[in-house]
Amino acid sequence: MTRELLTGNAAAAWGARLADVDYVPAYPITPQTEIIETLARWIGEGSLAARLVTLDSEHSMLTAAGAAAATGARVFTATSSQGLLYALEMLYSVAGWRVPLVLVNVSRGVSAPITLEPDHDDVLAARDCGFLQIHAATAQEVLDSVLLAHRLAEDPDVLLPVLVNLDGFHLSFTREPVEIPDVAAARAFLPPYAPEHARFGASHAMAQGVAVLGGSAYSFFRYQMHLAAEAALERHEALAAEFAERFGRRYGLLEAHHLDDAEHVLVMSNSMSGVGLAEVERLRAAGQRVGLLRLRVIRPFPQQELRRLLGGRRAVGVIDQNLSIGKGGILFAEVASALAGPGAPALCSFVSGLGGRRFQAGEFDRMLESLRRAEREGGSPEPELLWTDTEQRRIGELLRVAGRGFGEETGGAA
Amino acid sequence: MRREVYRGIRDVPAEEYLAGGTGLCGGCGGLLALRLFHKALGPNVVFSNAAGCLTLLAVFPFSPFRSSWLYTAMASAPAGAQGLRDALDVLIAKGRRPPEDDLQVVVVSGDGAAHGIGLQSTLGAVHRGLDFWYFCYDNEGFANTGFQTSPSSPRASRSPTTPASAAAPGGNPLRKQDLFELWRAAGPAYLATVSPSHPLDLLEKVARARPLRGPKLFLALASCPPGWGLDPAASVEVARLAVQSGVWPLKEALHGEVRHTAVPHRRKPVEEYLRGQERYRHLFEPERRDALLAELQAEVDAYWARSE
Repeated sequence: MTRELLTGNAAAAWGARLADVDYVPAYPITPQTEIIETLARWIGEGSLAARLVTLDSEHSMLTAAGAAAATGARVFTATSSQGLLYALEMLYSVAGWRVPLVLVNVSRGVSAPITLEPDHDDVLAARDCGFLQIHAATAQEVLDSVLLAHRLAEDPDVLLPVLVNLDGFHLSFTREPVEIPDVAAARAFLPPYAPEHARFGASHAMAQGVAVLGGSAYSFFRYQMHLAAEAALERHEALAAEFAERFGRRYGLLEAHHLDDAEHVLVMSNSMSGVGLAEVERLRAAGQRVGLLRLRVIRPFPQQELRRLLGGRRAVGVIDQNLSIGKGGILFAEVASALAGPGAPALCSFVSGLGGRRFQAGEFDRMLESLRRAEREGGSPEPELLWTDTEQRRIGELLRVAGRGFGEETGGAA
Repeated sequence: MRREVYRGIRDVPAEEYLAGGTGLCGGCGGLLALRLFHKALGPNVVFSNAAGCLTLLAVFPFSPFRSSWLYTAMASAPAGAQGLRDALDVLIAKGRRPPEDDLQVVVVSGDGAAHGIGLQSTLGAVHRGLDFWYFCYDNEGFANTGFQTSPSSPRASRSPTTPASAAAPGGNPLRKQDLFELWRAAGPAYLATVSPSHPLDLLEKVARARPLRGPKLFLALASCPPGWGLDPAASVEVARLAVQSGVWPLKEALHGEVRHTAVPHRRKPVEEYLRGQERYRHLFEPERRDALLAELQAEVDAYWARSE
């Protein structure tokens, strides 16, 4: 084991290297590109015995990834944002092929307007496709989750691909100290992939991805995927326990902070929860009984565990770094449905962090006020879109430059 | 072309790798061409299939193939071939699979998926020098969805999306996109056109391409009884007329150099090919469109004038 300063992207590449992957279909996109560049360098040096091929698009990249996994290779690939959306058709397809592969998504807001900075509208667009989703908050967790993800995907009770998410820029390009496991320890946790079910070869003719006729046959295979995803909850816990035994780091489906006596709980995900934790600790130091729950495994969605941890709290607020246009925060809706029923806490929905928007001073205090109000008056499914007067003023200046001032004559500059 | 392996009909392999009784239409020229193609390839094949008519060959729980099959999507069957080829190479090189487990990787795509939506992934695979076969059954339309016009539909043919109407009495106004030349520009090791009406020519081309590493692309005329408006029994004869009239040139390009493999020196009139097909009936009824027919003949004549 060594300890190094690694970017989130380098940590993802280390995960693939320690997983001893066979095949890396690739396509560049910011902010993911460092991952495939790192892997290409290692393959060139001979420190990773894999083949890396740059495809003509992310759609092709995922097709090649799935086909190689169906042949019996251990496959790793990575993308971001527009690339994930471009590949979306194939995410559904390869999940249906029931082939294990690991896809790292480096989150970035989606166009339009085009941007480079992070939010989760990209990864949550892939929410329903059959890929399991692990959302990591630190570079260490990225590395560890890639190893765990390969093991989980290849588990005979699961056999679904796994997406590991990390935030662009905030995590992909920042350096943190990371413990890099020894090769031997990684191999002991994740032995070479030897599939029984999916392996094209002259000795083993098979048909994959074939058509079905009728709703019953279709439903059967889709239900199978859902049941396998549900089984992954228990399998993840077992594998995480084994991982903790071998490496000393324990990952749950959810990550709880200061929940023991918490009356009010904020629910967050990904690297933004690091900011949330600092704010929660500041508020606790001021005497507030507030806690933080980070969603880590988002597919399968750990509903029972969520009920166990949040049932009986006075109020729960979900801070979504995404926006389902016309509905609100995506994870709020998921948390709310998991908590629905007698004894459910009052609920609040907050949206922030779109395109990398940072929290502004005082916003956590105001969110806590909203939770207290919800506790008194009842919660609301309507999202609070976090936005400050300062931002409004700054955007007003930009709009004036663009000739589109608020409530002003724009003259001829249409 | 001097045939060296398949000299006579007795040389056609008796082995069948693609069983009958599938759900495809009677008289499907594409299926016949694929069956012949598979005979020449032998049994150790994995197909990477793009959405189209032939996707309906493998319907759970049945497959008519003794070989393997992977349905991918409409746009990316060549990328599927890339993943299959790469995985087999890597696993064999690492000793995780014995060399005898190797397979030939074959894309099966209709013209709808080969042009437009699938051309990007095809050109990508050819550019990467992927060692694979590509079998395109060209029925000149989006046949599986009811025969709408594709980029491969010939000029003056009609379809539900380019009907012969008062506004466009000639049907489809666009020329057939020349996939052979698009592919050739990408630089494959081998490419050829074939027709189910010329089985020995088809088989011999597979034999000629077999020793080559890299992309080996086949464009098969796929006479389509429901789409073209033919009696299924006439399907092969119409495909033969396409060759004899010069509409469907049989050719190959080894490392880019084009050679015709069956030159019809006394070409039958194009009209003779068009006449038997419902999709061209508006050229003859209610009145003959002589000018358009002359243009279609002139296009074929010009092709051969350039080629001879």
